[in-house]
Amino acid sequence: MFQATLGSQDVAQSAVNIPEIDWQAISPVVVVFVAACLSVLVEAFLPRERRWSVQVTLSLLTVVVAGLALGLYVNSDAVVGTGGITVAGQAVPLFSADYPALFLWGTLLALSFGALLLIADRSVDGGAFASPVPPAPGGDPVQYQAPGRQTEVFPLALFALGGMMVFLAANDLLTMFVALEVLSLPLYLMCGLARRRRLISQESAVKYFLLGAFSSAFFLYGLALLYGYAGSVRLVDIAAATAGTDRPETLLYAGFGLLVVGLLFKASIGPFHAWTPDVYQGAPTPVTAFMAACTKVAAFGAILRVLTLAFEASSWEWRGVLWAVAIVSMLIGAVLGLTQTDMKRMIAYSSIAHAGFLLVGAIAMTEDGLSGTMFYLLAYGFTTLAAFGIITLVRDGNGEATHLSQWAGLAKRSPLVAVTFAFLLLALAGIPMTSGFMGKLAVFSAAIADGMAPLVVVALLASAIAAFFYLRVIVLMYFSEPAQDGPTVSVPGAFTTAAITLGVVVTLLLGVLPAFALDWASVGGFVS
Amino acid sequence: MSGSVLLLALLFLPLLGALVVAFLRSDDRVAKGVALGFSIAELALVIAAWAAYDPAGDRIQLSSSAEWIPQFGVHFAVGVDGIALVMIALIGILVPIVIGGSWNDRLPEERTAAGFYSLILLMQALMVGVFAATDVLLFYVLFEAVLVPMYFLIGRFGGARRQYAAVKFFLYSLLGGLIMLASVIGVYVVSGNQLGSGTFDWETLVATVSTADTSTQIWLFLGFFIAFAIKAPLVPLHTWLPDAGAEAPIGVGVLLVGVLDKIGTYGFLRYCLPMFPDASRELAPLVLVLAVAGVIYGALLAVGQDDMKRFVSYTSVAHFGFIALGVFAFTSQAQAGAVLYMVNHGIATGMLFLVVGMVIARGGSRNISDYGGLAKLTPVLAGMFVVAGLASLALPGTNSFVSEFLVLIGAFPTQPVFTVIAAVGMILAALYVLWVYQRVMQGPLRGNAVLGLAGGPGAAGDPSSEGLAARLASKVPDLSRRELAVLAPLVALVLFLGVYPQPVLDVITPSVDATLTELGVTDPVQEGN
Repeated sequence: MFQATLGSQDVAQSAVNIPEIDWQAISPVVVVFVAACLSVLVEAFLPRERRWSVQVTLSLLTVVVAGLALGLYVNSDAVVGTGGITVAGQAVPLFSADYPALFLWGTLLALSFGALLLIADRSVDGGAFASPVPPAPGGDPVQYQAPGRQTEVFPLALFALGGMMVFLAANDLLTMFVALEVLSLPLYLMCGLARRRRLISQESAVKYFLLGAFSSAFFLYGLALLYGYAGSVRLVDIAAATAGTDRPETLLYAGFGLLVVGLLFKASIGPFHAWTPDVYQGAPTPVTAFMAACTKVAAFGAILRVLTLAFEASSWEWRGVLWAVAIVSMLIGAVLGLTQTDMKRMIAYSSIAHAGFLLVGAIAMTEDGLSGTMFYLLAYGFTTLAAFGIITLVRDGNGEATHLSQWAGLAKRSPLVAVTFAFLLLALAGIPMTSGFMGKLAVFSAAIADGMAPLVVVALLASAIAAFFYLRVIVLMYFSEPAQDGPTVSVPGAFTTAAITLGVVVTLLLGVLPAFALDWASVGGFVS
Repeated sequence: MSGSVLLLALLFLPLLGALVVAFLRSDDRVAKGVALGFSIAELALVIAAWAAYDPAGDRIQLSSSAEWIPQFGVHFAVGVDGIALVMIALIGILVPIVIGGSWNDRLPEERTAAGFYSLILLMQALMVGVFAATDVLLFYVLFEAVLVPMYFLIGRFGGARRQYAAVKFFLYSLLGGLIMLASVIGVYVVSGNQLGSGTFDWETLVATVSTADTSTQIWLFLGFFIAFAIKAPLVPLHTWLPDAGAEAPIGVGVLLVGVLDKIGTYGFLRYCLPMFPDASRELAPLVLVLAVAGVIYGALLAVGQDDMKRFVSYTSVAHFGFIALGVFAFTSQAQAGAVLYMVNHGIATGMLFLVVGMVIARGGSRNISDYGGLAKLTPVLAGMFVVAGLASLALPGTNSFVSEFLVLIGAFPTQPVFTVIAAVGMILAALYVLWVYQRVMQGPLRGNAVLGLAGGPGAAGDPSSEGLAARLASKVPDLSRRELAVLAPLVALVLFLGVYPQPVLDVITPSVDATLTELGVTDPVQEGN
C-alpha cells in the first residue's frame, strides 16, 4: 500500500498538513497502544480480584495480535517497507515501517511476549510485584507482605512497548523524543515495583529516573542544536544539510554529541552506563529482563537509524569517537564484570560489554553491519531474557538469592536449571553452537569488512575477559560444594517455564541454523 | 560416494553413542560396555575409511558438503587428506583403549560413569570433526566446541585442583580461539574482496588468501598461529598443559596430550602454511626458536618434576617442539616426519600416561618420591614402563625413533643450527625417562606410598626387605588381564611402527608434498639420497 507522497507544493504549504497514514503498515503499533489504553480502563473499572487474569490475557493477546498484524503486513501483497505515517509533501515518512523497523518490531514483540510471561508468573512466592497498598502503621516498611496483587505493571509494560516501537521507527527527532519519553516513564515506574527488597527497588527507580531525565535533556538539547544547524528535525534534512554546506559545524558536532549521549545512555553503553548495574539489580527481575532485552533493541534501533539516515555523510568525523566509546564500553563491561558478586549486577555488566559489541556493528555503516547488529539484538535479547528467567527461580527465605556464593553447587540440587543456565552463559560468552557466536560472527565480519580490524581484535579480547566471569558461575554451579543453608530452586510456574524455554530454544536455534533469521535481517535497509 | 557416507558415519556414530550412553545413568557397567561397543564400532569404521582412502588420489577425499549458512558462505563440509586420516585413525585407536583403561577408575562422588563416557564419546565426535572439517568456520566451531566436554571432563572428574586446571585450560584455549576468530573473519573478508562474495571453503581460501600481500598474511597468520601455539602447546604458551595434564583423569589426559593438542600442530599444517605461505616463510625463524626452546625447556622441566603426570605433560611439551620443528623446516622429509611424530607421540605418550596411571592406581600418590623398587612387586608393569619410556625417548626399534630421526634428518639441510640444538633434546629425553624409571621401579622398596601400603614404615613385622616384599605382594598386584589388554595393542603399535612405518608414511607423504607445493617450497637437493 505504497502511498504516493510526491505531494504537490499546494498541499505542503496549506495550513494543516493531513498526514497520510498507511494503517496496515503501522497496525502492530496501533494494536499495542489501543490495548495499553484498554488496559488502563481495566485497571480503573474492574474489581481488584478479577484484574489480574484479565490483564494477563489482554497483554499477552495484544502481543500475539500485534505479531499477527505484522506477519500479515509483511506477507501481504502491498509494497512492504515504505509505509508509515507520511506528512504530505515529504518523501520520507515521519514514522516509517521500513524493513529494519519491521524486523525490530518483530524482535520486540517476541521478546516482550517472553518478558510479559515472566512478569505474569506468580506461582513462585506470589510474584515479584508489590501491591500498591501501603504498609500498616508500625509494620516493616522495608519488607512487607501486602495482600492482593499488583496489576499496574501490565499497562505500563504495554505503553513502554509501544514507545519502543515508535522510537526505533521515527524518522524525525521530535517524534523520536516523544517516543523516548513514552517508553522511559513507564520503565522508571516499573523499576520501583519490587515486592521484596523495597528500598533497593525504589532507589533504583529514583536513580533511573534522575539519570534518565538528564539524558533526555541531553537528547533534547542536541535536537535543538541540530535544528539550529539544519533548520529541520527530520533525519533526511539533517543528512542533506551535512552534505557540503558552509553552515557552522560547531552546531552539528555539539548537537550530534548531545543527541548521541542520550541514545547511548538508553542503550547502556559505557561510559554512559552508570545506571545499569544499580537499576538491573534493584528492579524486579522480570522488569530487568524486559529492560535488558527490549530497551536495548529499541535504543539500538534508534542509534542505527540516526547514524545511518542523518549522519552517514559525516561519518568519518564522528567514527573515531564512537570507536573509543565502543572500546570503553567493552572494557568496562568485561573488566568490572569480573569483580561483581551479585548475579544481576554481573549480567548488567555483561550487557554493557554486549552493548559495546553491538556498537561495533552499528558503526560499520554497511548493509552487513545493519543486518548483523539486528541479528545480534535478536540473539542477545532471547538469551538474556531466559537468563533472568532462571535468576527468578533461585531463591532463599528472603526472595531471590542473587549473591554468587549462593549459587554454589546448584548443579547437584537442580541439574536441569544448572545446565540451562550454563548453556545461556556459554551463549553470552559467544561459544559456537549458540546464538551468541553467530551474532558475534555477523557483527565482527561486517566490522572487519569495513576496515575496523583493530576494533574487532579489542572486542575479541574483551570477549575473552568476559568469558572468565561467565565461566566462574559455571565453576560455582558445577564444581563447588553447595552451601549448608543455600537457596532452593523453586519449581517454575508454567509462564516462567514457557519464557525460559522460548529463550533457550531460540538461543540454540539461532546458533545452529541462523540462516532464516539472517535472511529476515538483511531484506532491506532504511528508506531515505 | 560410499566414502563420504563413511566419513559422515565416523562423525555421527560417536555422537549417537554419547546420546545413548548419557541415558544409561542407572547402571555403570552397562554404560561402560555400551561406550566401549560404540568406540570399537568406530574403530571398525576407521579401518574401512583407511581402506577407502587412495593415497594417490585427490587432495581431499571422502568429502561431502551441505549448505549451512548461505549468508556467510558457510558449508557443513567434511573430507580428509592423508594427514587428517592418520589423526582420525589415532583417535579411533586411542578411544577404546582409554575407555578400557578407565574401566575401574573411581569416579568422584555423585558422578556417574554414564556422564564420563558420554563426554568421552562426545569429544571423540568433535575431534573427528575438527580433523575432517574442510570449511574454515566449521573447523573453528568444532575447535571451540571441543573445549566444553574437555572442560567438564577435567573439572568434574579430575584431581584435587581440578577446578583451577579446568578453568585455566578453558581460558587459555578460549583466548586463543577468539584471536583466531578475528583471523577466520579476516580470511573471509579477504576472500570476499577478491571473489566478490566471501567464502569459508578451505580449498578456495587456500587459492585466494595465499595471494594476498605479505603484511595482511602476517596478521592473519598470527591469529591462527597463536591459537594453535596455545593448543599445541609451544613455549611460552604451554603453562596450562602441566596443570590440565596433572589434574585430568588418566584416560582424559591420554586424549588431551595424545589427540587434542595435535589440533595445534595439525592446524599449522592445514591452515597456517597453505593459506599464508609468504607469512609462514617470513615467520618460520620465530616459530623455530619457540620450537627448539620448547624441546630444551620441556625436557629440562621434565627432569625436575616430582609429579608423574606433570612429568608426562612436560615431556609432551618437548615433543611438540620437535613436531613444530619438523613442520616449519619446510622439507618433505621433516614434515612427513612431523606428521608421523604426531601419531607416534599419541601412541607412546598415551601409553606412558596409562602406565603412570596404573602405578598411581596402586600407590595412590602422584609423586615420584613416594615410590621405589616397584619392579620387585610388579615386574610386568615395570616392563611396560620400560617400553613406554623407551618409545618416548625414541630408541631405535620403537616407533618414535623413525619420526624423530626423519624430523632431524629432514630439518638439517635447511635449519642446521636449530636441528643441532634440538638433537640435544634427545639426550635429555634419555635422562628424564631413565631417571624416573630408576627412581620408581628400581632399587630397594621405599617411598611413602609403597611403605604406606605395607602398614607404614614403623609397622611391626619382619623389617628385612624380603619380609616387606612378601607383605606387599598381596597388596600391590601386577597388571590385571584388563590392563594387559589395554596396553598390548599399544606395545604392538610401538614395535610395528618402529620397524615398518611405511603404510602410514604412504598415506602421509602425498598430502605433505601437496602442502609444500602450496607453500611454494621445494626440497633442497640432498646428497646421498
